[in-house]
Amino acid sequence: MPDVTVRVNGEAVRLPGGSTVAAALLNAGVHCRTSVNGEPRTALCGMGICLECRATVDGQPHQRTCQLVCRDGMSVETGS
Amino acid sequence: METFDVLILGAGIVGTACARECAAAGMRVGVVEPAVLGGGATAAGMGHVVLMDDSPAQLALSRFSRDLWRDLRAQLPQGVEYEECGTLWLAVDAEEMAEVFAKRETYAHLGVDSEVLDEKALREVEPNLRQGMTGALLVPHDGVIYPPAAAAFFLEAAIAHGARHLRGKRAIRAAAGEVVLDDGTRLNAAHIVIATGTDISLCPWLAVQPRKGHLVITDRYPGFVRHQLVELGYLKSAHAITADSVAFNAQPRKTGQILLGSSRQFGDVEPTARPKMVRRMLDRAIEYLPGLGSLSAIRVWTGFRAATPDKLPYIGPTPDPTVLVAMGFEGLGITNAPGTARLVLHHLTGAQVVLDPAPYLPSRAAVTEALYA
Repeated sequence: MPDVTVRVNGEAVRLPGGSTVAAALLNAGVHCRTSVNGEPRTALCGMGICLECRATVDGQPHQRTCQLVCRDGMSVETGS
Repeated sequence: METFDVLILGAGIVGTACARECAAAGMRVGVVEPAVLGGGATAAGMGHVVLMDDSPAQLALSRFSRDLWRDLRAQLPQGVEYEECGTLWLAVDAEEMAEVFAKRETYAHLGVDSEVLDEKALREVEPNLRQGMTGALLVPHDGVIYPPAAAAFFLEAAIAHGARHLRGKRAIRAAAGEVVLDDGTRLNAAHIVIATGTDISLCPWLAVQPRKGHLVITDRYPGFVRHQLVELGYLKSAHAITADSVAFNAQPRKTGQILLGSSRQFGDVEPTARPKMVRRMLDRAIEYLPGLGSLSAIRVWTGFRAATPDKLPYIGPTPDPTVLVAMGFEGLGITNAPGTARLVLHHLTGAQVVLDPAPYLPSRAAVTEALYA
């Protein structure tokens, strides 16, 4: 599959096609969400159960990024 | 054998509020709780501190209690998440709007603040409500708390006044100044206060029935709703004695989450969430807040309210002169806990209370039982 480029908090990240959005966030070195107590959280289970990998994807808040495959031009905002 | 002035059975919001009040009055207090502190209806409910005017006695108790909550505000730890978001009673037609005006009259008569909002004013404060609502009554000093944290606060305050928390033990007998625990321990007390919610095993003669409710909480969407939103039909639903019912009730949490209710069911005593009831509840909520349908819910749970035939709690003495009850709060245990604690203290010590205790006396149970038999 050809490489794709997504934007993570405005920064371009290039990945092999078929990568998950969670993988893009790991590559970008950012955490996914922030707990109610302000702690950084990131993908734990990788299979859509733990909900720790949530981020805003193309304007949709609280998407489970481990269950989404990167599409070229996708925009992801983290930390909410 | 240990001796107490008062043994309180049940460490829910009502039991712990009573413990705090009694310990602060200088009594030797013990609190018996077999399970988690505030783990019953206290943990399951919404934590809406709300004026309820379905009867003069309900309004008197909820108003007295709401004032006590407001007085407590400065002392409550952050974990209690007290937020004075106000309640909006929503009207969808002229008939319900007439009720809005009637409610305002009732409150104005008592010197309680409330404000009528027309359609436009309502949209301004709650833009996610659907088009075409008729209006609402804003009751600005209603609030929201996280009740288990409030129960913990009450119990800690009681302990600071010397109360003892007797954990992990269930009271299996409570009569004639003696409480027997399930490990055989016997405790003596001048008085016993039963505050065990829907568990009436220690006072089976009391007309209290579990009434199941479902709750749904969303992920964090700060600002999606700003007040506790309740449909005016809520009281109709809450008072339907037989049929399963749902009513729209949405609450903004401090975290930005939206807590959704409500369902009412008699006869289903399993804690299992019923998808059919959840669906009905969500459909109702989406009628009011169309945008809700695209948000994520992250948890569904159920709880049991302690319902009484006449919708009022039982607070006060019983035929056994050593035993008092504080039971049967249905959906208002959180709101009414502080006022109930004052009433209990009144019954125990004769301490003055601004409220007439008569409408809540358990002695009326015999009468209502006969009426509803």
